[in-house]
Amino acid sequence: MLNNFPLWPEQASTLAAHVDALYIFLLIVTGMMALLVFVLIIFFAARYRHRPGVRAEQIEGSNALEIVWSTIPFLIFMVIFAWGAVVYFKERTPPADATEVYVVAKQWMWKVEHAEGQREINELHVPVGRDVKLIMTSQDVIHSFYIPAFRIKQDVLPGRYTVEWFRATKPGVYHLFCAEYCGTQHSGMVGSIIVQEPAQYEAWMNGGSTGPLSATGEKIFAELGCATCHRTDTQGRGPNLQGVFGKPVQLEDGRTVTADENYLRECILDPGAKRVKGFQPIMPTFQGLVTEEQVNALVAYIKSISLSKPADGARTNAGLAAPDDSDRIDAGAKIQAQAQSNAQPKRSQVQ
Amino acid sequence: MSMAANPILQPTIPQTAERENYLNKEYGAWSWLLTTDHKRIALLYLLSITFFFFIGGFFALLIRLELLTPAGDLVQADTYNKLFTMHGMVMVFFFLIPSIPAVLGNFLVPLMIGAKDLAFPRINLISWYLYIIGGVMMLHCMLTGGVDTGWTFYAPFSTNFTNTKIVEAGLAIFVAGFSSILTGLNFVVTIHRMRAPGMTWSRLPLFIWAHYATSIIQLLGTPVVAVTIVLVAAERALHLGIFDPKLGGDPLLFQHLFWFYSHPAVYIMILPSMGVITEIIACFSRKRIFGYHFVAFSSIAIAVFGFLVWAHHMFVAGISVYSALVFSFLSYAVALPSAIKVFNWTATLYKGSIHYDAPMLYAFGFLGLFTIGGLTGLFLSALGIDVHVTDTYFVVAHFHYIMVGGAVMGYLGGMHFWWPKISGRLYPEGWARLAALIVFIGFNLTFFPQFILGYMGMPRRYYDYSHMPEFQILNVLSTAGATVLGVGYLLPMVYFLWSMRYGKPASDNPWNAAGLEWKTTSPPPTFNFDEEPIVTWEAYNYEELDSPDKGAPHKEGVPVAK
Repeated sequence: MLNNFPLWPEQASTLAAHVDALYIFLLIVTGMMALLVFVLIIFFAARYRHRPGVRAEQIEGSNALEIVWSTIPFLIFMVIFAWGAVVYFKERTPPADATEVYVVAKQWMWKVEHAEGQREINELHVPVGRDVKLIMTSQDVIHSFYIPAFRIKQDVLPGRYTVEWFRATKPGVYHLFCAEYCGTQHSGMVGSIIVQEPAQYEAWMNGGSTGPLSATGEKIFAELGCATCHRTDTQGRGPNLQGVFGKPVQLEDGRTVTADENYLRECILDPGAKRVKGFQPIMPTFQGLVTEEQVNALVAYIKSISLSKPADGARTNAGLAAPDDSDRIDAGAKIQAQAQSNAQPKRSQVQ
Repeated sequence: MSMAANPILQPTIPQTAERENYLNKEYGAWSWLLTTDHKRIALLYLLSITFFFFIGGFFALLIRLELLTPAGDLVQADTYNKLFTMHGMVMVFFFLIPSIPAVLGNFLVPLMIGAKDLAFPRINLISWYLYIIGGVMMLHCMLTGGVDTGWTFYAPFSTNFTNTKIVEAGLAIFVAGFSSILTGLNFVVTIHRMRAPGMTWSRLPLFIWAHYATSIIQLLGTPVVAVTIVLVAAERALHLGIFDPKLGGDPLLFQHLFWFYSHPAVYIMILPSMGVITEIIACFSRKRIFGYHFVAFSSIAIAVFGFLVWAHHMFVAGISVYSALVFSFLSYAVALPSAIKVFNWTATLYKGSIHYDAPMLYAFGFLGLFTIGGLTGLFLSALGIDVHVTDTYFVVAHFHYIMVGGAVMGYLGGMHFWWPKISGRLYPEGWARLAALIVFIGFNLTFFPQFILGYMGMPRRYYDYSHMPEFQILNVLSTAGATVLGVGYLLPMVYFLWSMRYGKPASDNPWNAAGLEWKTTSPPPTFNFDEEPIVTWEAYNYEELDSPDKGAPHKEGVPVAK
């Protein structure tokens, strides 16, 4: 019904229904609050309009009333808060087995790479009914990947991955907007999300691929000579990367972090920042030597040699969804860790 | 001053000619440019912020005209980006933040507490000069190319990508910021040290409480934006790695620093307006304010909690789920004192004797628009909904309802209410009521469609929406509203100017209002009161003012309930 109402955005993902339900609840609740206030104001203004000879009645106030009209709105606010938080958790927690798609944003274009190797520009093909997780980064400034019909939006930052996910529910073509102002052609940084029936999607997927992203990553891994140190036994000068993804890693400085996408990315671009315990700081930085797409491919490759089906994938994904949260370390250690990583400028790159 | 007034230049108006007041005391340019009289400085501010208001308004008009059609046809993309950037910067830093505090606050704080002037009259003058220096730098920046980052200056776009005049605009805001800090400092010291005998804290008009809370924010918040601007300039000019990840910086750090000031800055704009509305509602309901202490302390609560909610601008920026939860919760906490104020204002109307003069019409307008603005804030604080509507027109509509619907309605209401005191003249009441109505209608027509646009998904800062022509109807409505609103804003300027010459001379207390400012002449003498007032009454003693034995308008002695 909602979809036929021209002033309402199309509902095309599982999340959209959750967001709309809360939105309608809020419209009703705030509508009633507004109505109450407006009716009272209009009623008082009319009923107590100035009449010659009738004087205002002075009222000091009422603590009981103040408590009532503080407590009731507060309780209503808490319901909205809790409901909003539940929806937000859904938005920020990609299912463990979601199909992964890498997105690289640049002024003023969206570059998309599917795990199977398909590449697209300003378009994203997805099948109906499958969970899709976008792993996104930017080459330059901050952008934001926004699909109104799916009710999802996530800023895309340079220097790190952010994640968003959705499950499309209806075939069709939907708007993709950049929602964070990014310069001259900001309003031109738009595209289409093309949701297809699985069969159509498979047909599209099978046309013109350059091979899986992880295979591209394996090739880059070999070309850059990564394998000379990161050997598949315990004799390498660098850690063995087999099975590392999604696992806790002991660092030289005593911290423990989870080896998620952001950690792998940081290790490639800034190897000194979070060095694995027991290894020398000999890895050079690859900042500037590899493109964002190549980093994505390398990460995809390392993931592919880790676990065919990560048993603790859900946890990893949650950790990734909140890049600042390595849930293995408590809040205090986390703040300390961040402070340290901020306090240590990426000096290791110079070596 | 040696430049005594030439009697020939004295205006022929009898009322102002017979009594010496702050306006007719001296006439030379220097008597204005070197004045330390808070009332004259208030008028200097009035002229300058009006100038910037119409510049900012002109930019807004061009923005709305561009959005009339989906294609980008009126201006170039870069021009449009500069337009909304300069609109935001001018309106926020050079109109809204100084508006009520620097004009009405400057004029009224000493009068309301029974002081001769502010605590530091020369610092007050310096603050106006800093504002002017900042303003001239901003004008120069606009005329020589402008800035295209949006008023939010997000890094690393502002630090390493745009080639517009970031450092100059930043410096202009930096300098104007000190003007704001000094005004806040002056108010805090004045309110603490210069109250007349008997003017205890619980006898202060709520306008003063609101300005006290505002001043705290100005003092504690503004230095942070100054620091942020310095860091942006350092990264831009010296390539120090602070915000750009390519230099080892963190772009989210910028957003944290920026919003740490810029969220409380919203309360710098709205709190004084709440103070104005409180005075108007009391006067035109002929009543003391319901729950005086709750209204007073809610101002302080807003100032304190206002510093703890900044990251609600960043729910999709890449902060962790858990910090988003905390900031969402705190945002509901800061909504509460605002709600308490609205309920107390409404309760004040109960059993009042309500007059519909123009200031009260603005107050009613404020109540309507601020309530809508506040309630839509509940949508944005709800994490799950914010993800969808942040950075869309929903946000644009929301903050215009607060900052224009709220703050500007309060400013205009206050200008009408105190205009007889400021100018010694009455404005034309009929025109003023008409203008209030036009502003209210024009405002809603402009900004209400934007809520719908936002939920439909139209992102803000788009100059070209030819990919989504379905957004056009609502944009046309919005532009139509903006022209109505423009007329509504021009009208008061015209009739205020007209009334300075042709308006009826105002009596000392034309509204029969409570408050020390009404106990001196209109316009007041340079040192406000002929002798220091001694306060023996509560604020809002309308019962006394309206009691028959005081010669007030009402003749019958109606018994008054407690």
